[in-house]
Amino acid sequence: MSYQFDFAWASQYAPQIAKGIMITVELTVVGGLLGVALGTACAWSRALGPSWLKPVVATYVELIRNTPFLIQLFFIFFGLPSLGVQMNELTAANIAMVINLGAYSCEIIRAGIQATPKGQFEAGASLAMTPFETFRHVVLVPSLQRIWPALSSQVVIVMLGSAVVSQIAVEDLTFAANFIQSRTFRAFEAYIVSTLIYLALAILLRQAMRGIGTILFPKRAAR
Amino acid sequence: MIEFTLWDILRNLLLAARWTIVLSLVSFVGGGLVGLLILFLRISPKTWLNWLARGYIELFQGTPLLMQLFIAFFGLGLFGIDVPAWLAAGVALILWSAAFLAEIWRGCVEAIAKGQWEASASLGMGRLQQMRYVILPQALKIALPPTVGFSVQVIKGTSLTSIIGFVELSKAGSVVTNATFLPFTVYGLVALLYFALCWPLSKSSQILERKLNVAHRNH
Repeated sequence: MSYQFDFAWASQYAPQIAKGIMITVELTVVGGLLGVALGTACAWSRALGPSWLKPVVATYVELIRNTPFLIQLFFIFFGLPSLGVQMNELTAANIAMVINLGAYSCEIIRAGIQATPKGQFEAGASLAMTPFETFRHVVLVPSLQRIWPALSSQVVIVMLGSAVVSQIAVEDLTFAANFIQSRTFRAFEAYIVSTLIYLALAILLRQAMRGIGTILFPKRAAR
Repeated sequence: MIEFTLWDILRNLLLAARWTIVLSLVSFVGGGLVGLLILFLRISPKTWLNWLARGYIELFQGTPLLMQLFIAFFGLGLFGIDVPAWLAAGVALILWSAAFLAEIWRGCVEAIAKGQWEASASLGMGRLQQMRYVILPQALKIALPPTVGFSVQVIKGTSLTSIIGFVELSKAGSVVTNATFLPFTVYGLVALLYFALCWPLSKSSQILERKLNVAHRNH
């Protein structure tokens, strides 16, 4: 038990860590925005969409939710090129995150839509709104508000899950930690530092989601 | 060059899937035991125990599982403990699942009406007796569907242990891909095997939820 901690590498490798943080944040922002958009579209089609679309979306959701993110990533990055679909690692990571969050947020948002009182749909119809207009102007925002805490947790989980993209050589925060430990042999310190940065990012992201929530849903009734 | 038939690939993946199953079981059961301990701390009336459990949960839910695996694998080794990959994988997954299970179960315990606590206290029960005879049996019913649902997360979580070199389904997928140069087929099969493990659990979690009539759906 006489291990000497050594953080002398920190100043030298700060740019690597900063770059890693940038990429992790970029992946989270792109993945979060597009993923929730995809999830909303899927939730609409599963709850209210045409009947031919429902099984298609259901299959997508079940496939993604019951397989590990790592395998989805490998399938997209290593598997798809054999079908002629080539992409760089950052694109593959972004696509994997969008597809992953899309499936999870679909189920979360669908729960919000299905908790909408029936009268809301009827009221929309009686104002001569089309089903889609009712969804867009009446149902969607309160549905999102209902499930916002669950959706926020899922976005945080996806951000933490993004650590895996270092495995296809995306230079995110985990990649930076691996790089530093391979150069300095200070594995423990490198991973402790990056873990604490992830913790800070998770706490910040949770606050950001809460902030976005108060902007999107200003003083609406709880249901 | 050796030709690999589909059966060769599948057989190797299936052999490795055993370790995914073993590791999942160990992590889930171990995580359940540690999680129960954290749960008791989390709902303890003593504030400092409470904060200890909160800190634990925040730490493990707020950091990537991959980092926890790295720290268990590289970190423990620095203190002179020789850590094989399976041990690091088991320890990290147990601690990680414990945090999530404790938080899931806390929600279930808190869903039990306050009158149940008061009634059992008025019968002269101690805190452990209250938990054992009154609260936990009722909370168990609510806890079953999300707990089964979480087991899916554990199975998927074991795929990360391939990164620290534990040979399970995902690692076998990489190894077989490197030998066959058929990433599409191999990762497709790996995904299907995970799906075969996870989907029955997801489905039974949904069925349990409906059967136990926990979710109050208004339609």
